[in-house]
Amino acid sequence: MTRLALPDPAALALAVSARDRLALAQALNLLDDRRPAARQCAATFLDALPAEKQASGGHLIGITGPPGAGKSSLTATLIQVWRRRGLKVAILAVDPSSPISGGALLGDRLRMHASGADREVFIRSLACRGEFGGLSAEVWPMSLAMLAAFDIVLVETVGVGQKEIDVSKMTDTTCFVAQPASGDSIQFLKAGIMEIPHVIVVNKEDIGMAARKTLSELKTTLGRRTDSDGWQAPALSASAALGSGIEALADALDRHRHWLLERGQFTVRRHRCQAEWLVKHLREEFGRHGINRLGGEQVLFAELAHAPRRSPIAAYEELRARILPNP
Amino acid sequence: MTTPVKRDKPWLMRTYSGHSSAKASNELYRTNLSKGQTGLSVAFDLPTQTGYDADHPLARGEVGKVGVPIGNISDMAALFDQIPLGQMNTSMTINAPAAWLLALYVAVAERQGATPAQLQGTTQNDILKEYLSRGTYIFPPQPSVRLITDIIAYTVKHIPKWNPTNICSYHLQEAGATPTQELAYALSTAIAILDAVRDSGQIGAEGFEQVVGRISFFVNAGIRFIEETCKMRAFGEMWDQLAAQRYGAQNEEMRRFRYGVQVNSLGLTEAQPENNVQRIVLEMLGVALSKNARARALQLPAWNEALGLPRPWDQQWALRMQQVLAFETDLLEYGDIFDGSPVIAAKVKSLVDGATAEMARVQEQGGMVPAIESGYVKRQLVTSHTARMRAIERGDLKIVGLNCYRETEVSPLTGGVDSGIMKVDPRAEREQIERLNAFRAQRNTTEVKAALANLAETARSGANIMPASILCAHAGVTTGEWSQTLRDIFGEYRAPTGIDIPANDDSRSARAVAIRTQVIQTGEELGRPLRLLIGKPGLDGHSNGAEQIAVKGRDVGFEIVYEGIRLTPEQIAKAALEEGVHLIGLSVLSGSHVEMVEDVFNYLEQAGLKNLPVVIGGIIPESDAVLLKARGIAAVYTPKDIDMNGIMVDILNLIRKHHDLPPVAAI
Repeated sequence: MTRLALPDPAALALAVSARDRLALAQALNLLDDRRPAARQCAATFLDALPAEKQASGGHLIGITGPPGAGKSSLTATLIQVWRRRGLKVAILAVDPSSPISGGALLGDRLRMHASGADREVFIRSLACRGEFGGLSAEVWPMSLAMLAAFDIVLVETVGVGQKEIDVSKMTDTTCFVAQPASGDSIQFLKAGIMEIPHVIVVNKEDIGMAARKTLSELKTTLGRRTDSDGWQAPALSASAALGSGIEALADALDRHRHWLLERGQFTVRRHRCQAEWLVKHLREEFGRHGINRLGGEQVLFAELAHAPRRSPIAAYEELRARILPNP
Repeated sequence: MTTPVKRDKPWLMRTYSGHSSAKASNELYRTNLSKGQTGLSVAFDLPTQTGYDADHPLARGEVGKVGVPIGNISDMAALFDQIPLGQMNTSMTINAPAAWLLALYVAVAERQGATPAQLQGTTQNDILKEYLSRGTYIFPPQPSVRLITDIIAYTVKHIPKWNPTNICSYHLQEAGATPTQELAYALSTAIAILDAVRDSGQIGAEGFEQVVGRISFFVNAGIRFIEETCKMRAFGEMWDQLAAQRYGAQNEEMRRFRYGVQVNSLGLTEAQPENNVQRIVLEMLGVALSKNARARALQLPAWNEALGLPRPWDQQWALRMQQVLAFETDLLEYGDIFDGSPVIAAKVKSLVDGATAEMARVQEQGGMVPAIESGYVKRQLVTSHTARMRAIERGDLKIVGLNCYRETEVSPLTGGVDSGIMKVDPRAEREQIERLNAFRAQRNTTEVKAALANLAETARSGANIMPASILCAHAGVTTGEWSQTLRDIFGEYRAPTGIDIPANDDSRSARAVAIRTQVIQTGEELGRPLRLLIGKPGLDGHSNGAEQIAVKGRDVGFEIVYEGIRLTPEQIAKAALEEGVHLIGLSVLSGSHVEMVEDVFNYLEQAGLKNLPVVIGGIIPESDAVLLKARGIAAVYTPKDIDMNGIMVDILNLIRKHHDLPPVAAI
């Protein structure tokens, strides 16, 4: 292999859609590749993926919550439930470990080890490379590649406040894992700092009283509030350690997908995810000033809502070109 | 002729041994006993220690390697053939399946005609330290504590001379613990266990002093033998207080700190291995000199342990060291020679103070179990070990023959046809599987099923696990079946790796910064940050090397994927593919490196990653290194490679070479 070797994007897209694991791994490497030639190749690759899968296929789920809430172990048990239901699962684990000098330890894989040698489970870890507010700019394009090959794509991130919870804007369904006996999430919800997720789950119900108390406080706080689409978030409790409440959690996540589909909201939301990614990415690179050059956020979102579907990288490069002064 | 001086009785002398098969180990034990060894110390192979039968896929390459395979009662009977268990004192290094191996021992003793009350010996049965070092745990911490508790409660009632648990600070030192940390974590473990026994309600308040009196310890002794002497005196003081104050033990006898020792292996070197002889002798002094803090039982490693498996002659040499100290010197003729020394007293006090403070920190976190589950204790150990490794690398911590005084003549000790180590007969695994199949064919399956159903019911109900396990032993249940039944009920566990520690000063050294610059630069040339997968295939749980490479790799700018111990080669290949890594680093210390590498390469090829560079570290004899390189391994590292920065540059250049980039200039 030489250092400049890039794959044939059309062939790669075909292989990924045929669920070739090596092809998916190469595609993720390509989407991680910062070199200009690779970016172009990645854009072509994304455009070559089947459009229908991109627009409405699979289920893209975000799972987030404070450190130590047990997201990874909950994910591990969810994987088992989904596998029993015959679903193929891909995970993007964004590791919270703070970047030290460019190096990073990616530990999520260890914490969700339950997948063993199952070839229908695919886990890619991503270092949160000190950018994109706790997420990682590659998450969205990588999610799209995974959706072409898997039934469920789950993005795991750490998040408690406003900034970190951005994963909720780039997934179909967001699940917030609350830590029992910690009032933080409730305070954030009350104060409106945290957007209401689609499903809230209190993990570690095995510890008993404290978990039940947190659950009832969450239920009170949520009351009859709904998100902007009109969905009312259920609050559940589960225990990754005991494996209890996991089936119900999987059901709740799936109910939200059905709810979106029934209302014809699913494709709209997916489309909106890409717009959110584009705007966030532009803001990271150019600041508010850059967004203003495109008419401000509201105008930009309206424009993107009606733009035809295309690869995020190509769309981004076009917007970028409009912001940058002509050479 | 003068009247003979009254001498103290010497300690129990043992050699940690076992290999290949029950029959071969039995012959070795009987030879050792005839040489004057006074007790047995059984080393089990890794499949037995982790609860797998010899024909389980995870057992491949590991059967009979680091100890004896015991799969059922017929193996156990063969192991003690012609050794009357009613008179023997047997120590068994067994943890997660300790209840099972004790059950087999009791069953064999019964068949020999001995009663449980006669049996003497020790089950290591300290599963908590397995999460921190050594790694042969199976179940999560809660059920593990329950199993430990059951064995204690059972033996106190039925096998009163048995030491049901040997709380180990030994392996903590091997994982990098300082003397203070050894004291603090071993005693915190004892608290967790004794509290659990008390709370289980299996022993009434009036019998609890007995329980306290049966707790024994297994301690390490390093080369700083004055400090180690003080550590042992500190242990004695602290245990006495803990037993009296926390558990109300009135009888002084019941508060005595009883301990066995294996001296340090961490400091033994592969370079100039003959120097290990004097190291072992000096380390023995640390636990023998002070009469009031003297070990009850002692086992010494062989001089060539860092090279591979010791031969019978090497073990004999280790036994003779003990005999010379006990029988030739005048050590056993005196009272305690340190009592009244202000220097010793001051050092003991500082150790007690430090350990007391650390124990308080553990208690603040809810005790030893939560502090293990959160990764706190493991992080402390990794931090200490990292500091030790850096000190050796810099030359601040001197190790003769390794980082100073390295010039040497050719050693005649390692020159023989066997290169000075023992090789396990490669047929051992196949023969063990054949014996297992024959055993399975002749047993009564109805009885086996009933015994396993009873075991499952017992595990679920919370009743003591021992009687059901002894029934299983007699019925012909196998090690794998006993363990799988409990795995299905208790679940399995993966312990925190502890490598998520802050970068230390060395990561800011000029050399580390220069390497990091090159790592990042190469990442840019290749389009994305460089990723390494650190993999520990097989059942071996010795993770120091893997952890140190992971921490160092992160500090010089690599993204590190490390999933902890006990992965299958298939899982390693799977992770390499999914994570898009640039290189794999394997670590194997059990001697099964050839089989593991073969399997990893096969799975990589199946995954389409045939050419991915793979390096390996471990206790790998030179002849095997040649073999591994011929198979495609890019580099082999052994304990004598202490220049971690140099290893990082190596790895970087291997990645560059794989991508047709020229090597970086020497850093």
